This record gives sequence, structure tokens and C-alpha cells, in this order.
Amino acid sequence: MLAKRIIPCLDIKDGQTVKGIRFARLRQAGDPVELAAAYARRGADELVFLDIAATQEGRSTFTALVRRIAAVLDLPFTVGGGISSVAQVETLLQAGADKVSVNSAAARRPDLIDDLARTFGSQCVVVAVDAHLHHDGEWYVSLNGGSIPTERRAFDWAVEVAGRGAGEILLTSMEHDGTKSGFALDFTRAVSEAVPIPVIASGGAGAKQHFLDVFTLGKADAALAASVFHFGEIDIPDLKQYLHDNGISVRLQRDKAPASGADGQL
Amino acid sequence: MKIALVKYNAGNVQSVLFALRRLGHTADWTDDPATLRRADRVIFPGVGEASSAMHYLKARGLDELIRSLQQPVLGICLGLQLFCRHSEENDTPCLRIFECDVRRFGGLDMPAEPGGSRAVLKVPHMGWNKLRQLRGPLFSGVAEESYVYFVHSYYAEMQPGAIAQTEYGETFSAALQRDNFFAVQFHPEKSGPVGQQILKNFLNI
Repeated sequence: MLAKRIIPCLDIKDGQTVKGIRFARLRQAGDPVELAAAYARRGADELVFLDIAATQEGRSTFTALVRRIAAVLDLPFTVGGGISSVAQVETLLQAGADKVSVNSAAARRPDLIDDLARTFGSQCVVVAVDAHLHHDGEWYVSLNGGSIPTERRAFDWAVEVAGRGAGEILLTSMEHDGTKSGFALDFTRAVSEAVPIPVIASGGAGAKQHFLDVFTLGKADAALAASVFHFGEIDIPDLKQYLHDNGISVRLQRDKAPASGADGQL
Repeated sequence: MKIALVKYNAGNVQSVLFALRRLGHTADWTDDPATLRRADRVIFPGVGEASSAMHYLKARGLDELIRSLQQPVLGICLGLQLFCRHSEENDTPCLRIFECDVRRFGGLDMPAEPGGSRAVLKVPHMGWNKLRQLRGPLFSGVAEESYVYFVHSYYAEMQPGAIAQTEYGETFSAALQRDNFFAVQFHPEKSGPVGQQILKNFLNI
């Protein structure tokens, strides 16, 4: 059976992970390459790197970083942040990224999704949908990292992006993001059951139980989190063992692989 | 050791080159027949679409060249599918190294999940899944039920040449072998230490 995926997300600015990442015994927590390798050893199934500054000047720095990550990382990884053109995507894929994540630009110009899927194949097109809950009880799309609310219904948008050729949806509840109170279960489930492509749930992870819930009740195919992993509040091998013990298919054997060697500890 | 990667209109050779470099090897990315024939190992990677890939290969005579290779050859992902008889992806006749057909996932129901209802099979089959019934030198030192990373919407049917199988809705050929031709549907270059072992095995065959 296809394993549920655990995906740490790293925010990148000027080629460095943004401050706040505190990994015990990791000498250079600011270096995304070293952090990525550490997460790989701990059993992360995939990684996401978001260029949070995403300025024109920062682009080439980010692309160079993507190349360095691809050289060392033997896991699939997605890159995103301010991507708005086919040319940008081509550069990032050529640098070695497996997938790209598009967000605001796709919401403003939905044809971008069709163009990317046609040019590179759906398998490398992730559409990030940031959703906020309105007073009317409906979820709406928000843009620019949640700062700009729109009147587009997030559920309808998720269905539309799947139809346009997205290979995966990264669904973030802005209501839950940063709260550590659990994922948006009902909304995640509604989207996951409505689209024929995998859904990565994001926003709200604070405890192991939250991951279990988002896989069982939320029907997510993967779960993404940042701070609980970066701050060591949840250890990935421990989380995976817990999920396994609760009947979820997860990839466990990474930690048993001799290839990790003596540096397999963070 | 001379390793050649077949150059054609399908993407993501970079990851394979990086994976080979991690094993201490370099490789030529080439469509030059002489270089391909001379290589000790030939890898046919690829993420792409079957009919345009076959069209490209035929236009350059690479289809006959690949079929005639005598050294160990490894097809990856689309590479495996193109080694088969026929693909449902745009009704494409393929290289017919393996006598099986390639079909599209879909319209199947997943088994019930714990505490949940039945869900429709999602396509592409994307993520980590288990290898079973492992056979032959490619999987030397690889444990049954090891997880590897898949991304694909089409799959090769089960057939006697399968040296690994995986279940997604139904059981399909995760890896195939006939004589010097090996092929894997998953991405060893993205499959952690298990994938690295498989690539190393291929180079040691």
C-alpha cells in the first residue's frame, strides 16, 4: 500500500534557512543542504523548500541552492515561492528540483497550471492552495501567504486546479497555521475526496495525534509541517512509529538502513 | 567504468547524474550511437510522454540501437514503459523488449483504509510503495517490502519477467528483466539508501 508521506518544509531566504530552526547537535542549522541531509537521515519522505523572499535578485541564489540540494539529497523535493512563469519552472527543474509549487500566480492566472502541466507533465506541478475560513462557514482562497483574502471558494479552486492538470495539491489552512491545534480535518477531507490527485495537508501540526487524524479523518495523502520538526518537538522516526502502531502505512526502514552510518543522528 | 545515459526528449536526467556521482561515477548524457554502444552500462531514464519519446527515438534510429545493446541496460520510469510492447498512453507501440503492455491507472477502488470509507484511486501513483517478490541481481541485498519512490500514471502489467511487483489498486510489474535488459518503474535515484543499493547493484552486474 502507498505510504502516507511526512514532509518537513524549510523556509529559505538569501540561500539560508530562516532563523528559528534549532536542531540539537547540528552545527549549521542555517545551511539548507545540511538540514536537508539531516531530515533525509531521520526518515522524511520528501522535502519542500520555499523561497520566502522570492525577489528577482534572490532568484539566482535560490537556483544555485536547488542545485546543491539536488546533488546531495536522494529524496524527492519540491521548491516554491513566487513562481509565476514557465521559464522559472524550467530553470528550477533543470537545477534538479523534482516538483515546483505555484500559488498566487496560478490563482491570478489559472492558465499557468495548464501551461506547466503541458510543458513539464502533471507529476511535477504542485498547486498550493492557502485557505481561510470566512464567517459564512465557507473556505476561501487567500493570496500572498494569506495576507490577501479573495472571494474564490477554496474547494472549487482545488477542483479546478486538478482539472487543469495539477499533479498534487498543497492545502494549507491559514486558520490553523501556527496554532499547533491540529489540521483542518473536515476541509482537508472534503478536498481530498473531491479531487483525483494527492492532497498534502498543511497548517496546524502540533502533536503526533494530529498527523494520525489528518490521515484517517482528513483523508490526506501527505502531511507537511515546519516548526514542530525544526524545533525537535516531534521527532520523525518517533512519529512514524506511532503512525505505524496506529495502522497507518508509513515508510519505516530508513532508520534501519546501514547506509546512514555513524552520522545518522542529529 | 563508462556509463552512458540515453539523451532524448524526456526530462530529469539531472537526478540520475547526481545519484551516479554520489556512487563515485560520472556519465555521458548522449544520443551518439557509437558512445552508447561502447559504454559499459547504459541507463535509459525519463519522465515524459510515451508517443513523443518513441517518435524522437525512431527519428534518430535509437529504437533499433537500444534493442541491439549487449551490455547491461537499465530503463527507469518511462524507460521501463518504453521497453514494453505497447502503451495506452496515446496508443503507442513501444520497443518490445518485454512482452507486456502498459496501461493507465484509474477507475479502481482502493481497499478500505483504517477507520475510513473506500476512496477512489488517485493518479498519478505518487509516493513511497513496497517492493515484493524480489528476484535477481538487481535486488541483491534489498529486503522484501522495501519502500521505493514512484511517480507515474501508467504501469506495466504483471508478467513472468517481473523481478519485483508492487500493489496500487492492482499488482503491477515494479521491475522487469530479460537477459541484459533491466527496468524499474520507480526512481532509484530518489529512493534513499534502498535506491542507492539498486543502482550500485546495476553497476556491479
